[in-house]
Amino acid sequence: MQLDGCISCRQMNATFKALADETRRKLLDALYRNNGQTLTDLCGLFDMSRQAVTKHLYVLESANLVTTVWDGREKRHYLNPVPIHEIAERWIDKYERQRLQALSDLKKSLEKKRKGLIA
Amino acid sequence: MKKNQLVYLTFIRTTPKKLWDALTKPEFARRYWAGNGNISDWKKGSNWQHVKEGKKDMVRIIGEVLECKPPKRLVLTWIDPDDPSEKSRVTFEIERLKDVVSLRVTHTGLTPRSGMEKGVSWGWPRVLASLKSFLETGEGLNVYTGH
Repeated sequence: MQLDGCISCRQMNATFKALADETRRKLLDALYRNNGQTLTDLCGLFDMSRQAVTKHLYVLESANLVTTVWDGREKRHYLNPVPIHEIAERWIDKYERQRLQALSDLKKSLEKKRKGLIA
Repeated sequence: MKKNQLVYLTFIRTTPKKLWDALTKPEFARRYWAGNGNISDWKKGSNWQHVKEGKKDMVRIIGEVLECKPPKRLVLTWIDPDDPSEKSRVTFEIERLKDVVSLRVTHTGLTPRSGMEKGVSWGWPRVLASLKSFLETGEGLNVYTGH
C-alpha cells in the first residue's frame, strides 16, 4: 500500500469498524427512515442507556457516517452515506465492473463472429 | 408544511481552490458528475444551471446564486425547471483542515417524500464520493451504478 493511501485507509478502517456493530447499523437505519433526529429521539427507539447511545453516535460521527447540526440548543443527527459509497466503489463496483466488462467483451466477440458469417 | 433537510460531509485530500473549481467549472464537474456541469458567472444574484451537455443540452436544475465567497461558501437555490414551485436550497461549505479539505453540503427546504428529495438523497452521496475520487485520483466514479 502506498504511503499516501494511508489517510483513505484510516478512513475506510473507521467506516468498517463503525458498521461492524448491530446497534450502530440500527442507528443508521433509524436516521435513514427519519433523518435529523436528536439524541432524545434516538434514545426513544433503543432499549439502552442514553450514555450507550451517545457512545455509538460518537463512533458513527468519528467515522463520518453521521453528521451533526446544531438547531438552537438541539443537536440533530444526519445520515451521511458518502463513506459507504466510497467503500461500494472500492470493494463492490470494481469486481462488478470486471464481470460487466467480460460480458461486454463476449458480446462484441460474438457480434464480430456473426458479422463474419454474414460476409 | 414541514420541510426536510439533508447534510453531507466529506474529507478530500486537495486544496480549497481545486475543490471550488471542481464545483463551479463545468469542464471539471462533468468528469465526476455524470456528465453534468454547473454553469454561471458565479456572482451574487446571477442565475445558475445544472446542465447535462450533449447534442442537445439538457437543463436539469436551475436557480439563483444567493451567496458566493470563493473558495469557501456557495449558496444556491435549487429548482426543477419542470416544477418551479418546488424551491429548495443548497449550501456548499469548504474548510481547510490540516492536510485535507472538508466539504459540507446542506440541502434544505425539501418537501418530504417528493421526487426531488428522493432524487437528491440518492444522488448527493454518489456525486460526493465521485468528486472525492476525481480530486484525489484524477478520475470520477460512475455515479449511475446501481440506479
